Amino acid sequence: MNHFTLPLIGGVILGVAAIWLLWALGRVAGISGILWGAGAGPERPWRWAFLFGLLGGGLISHQLLGVPVPLDQDISTGVIAMSGLLVGFGTRLGSGCTSGHGVCGLGRRSPRSLAAVVTFIACGVLTVLITQHLIGGLL
Amino acid sequence: MKSVSALIAGVLFGLGLTLSGMSDPANVRGFLDVMGNWRPDLAFVMGGAVMITFIATPWVLKRPLPLFHSSFAVPTNVILDKRLITGAALFGIGWGLSGYCPGPALVSLTYGYDTTVVFCIAMIAGMALERLVSR
Repeated sequence: MNHFTLPLIGGVILGVAAIWLLWALGRVAGISGILWGAGAGPERPWRWAFLFGLLGGGLISHQLLGVPVPLDQDISTGVIAMSGLLVGFGTRLGSGCTSGHGVCGLGRRSPRSLAAVVTFIACGVLTVLITQHLIGGLL
Repeated sequence: MKSVSALIAGVLFGLGLTLSGMSDPANVRGFLDVMGNWRPDLAFVMGGAVMITFIATPWVLKRPLPLFHSSFAVPTNVILDKRLITGAALFGIGWGLSGYCPGPALVSLTYGYDTTVVFCIAMIAGMALERLVSR
């Protein structure tokens, strides 16, 4: 049940959120772009409102709906920092992340987004393969 | 209305990420771990989300204008270039190292774990670094 129903319901809500932002503001619900734009871009107020809502939605889900809070991750600080650096650098260079290219871009039938999604999933799979199975115990 | 609309979209996004289990990096690493104890969750999340956007995006983009903004700002570039692929590859490596991507990492800030704080600071630093390097 938990590997199917909740992910599917959550996914549908993500899709509705992305469509609502596109319909209301004509903007792509890409988190990396919204985050960067909140600090560096034009049109900062709606981006801050989105980010505020993002954290608020998480709080509602855990505090009011009783969704369990995930456990802390047992990953070394060095690996976490390297991971964050790569995610930040890569999402800016590649113009998007799982939300912008995945949720929004695939729905738009964007060939660039499809190429990006295939690339980042393949690289994610390879990275987990290497760190968990080939040189196990790195994480 | 712009900020109210964005706030609503943000709340829905936060609900979706947490309900679906995507704010737990263990689920994400589980999806990427095809040789281990594979978890399909992320496929259903992405499937559910793209099902909605795939159907509704063409309909929305046929509107003359968004409800509360003077223009649609949607990428129209269709060229696959080195920047896109290199960026997506680096992102994928970083994603596989921890299981965090930007949305789930930001939502997880409310959990009060040092790991997420370190990740988010490093992620913003990475974004700033890209800006410096790409100029």
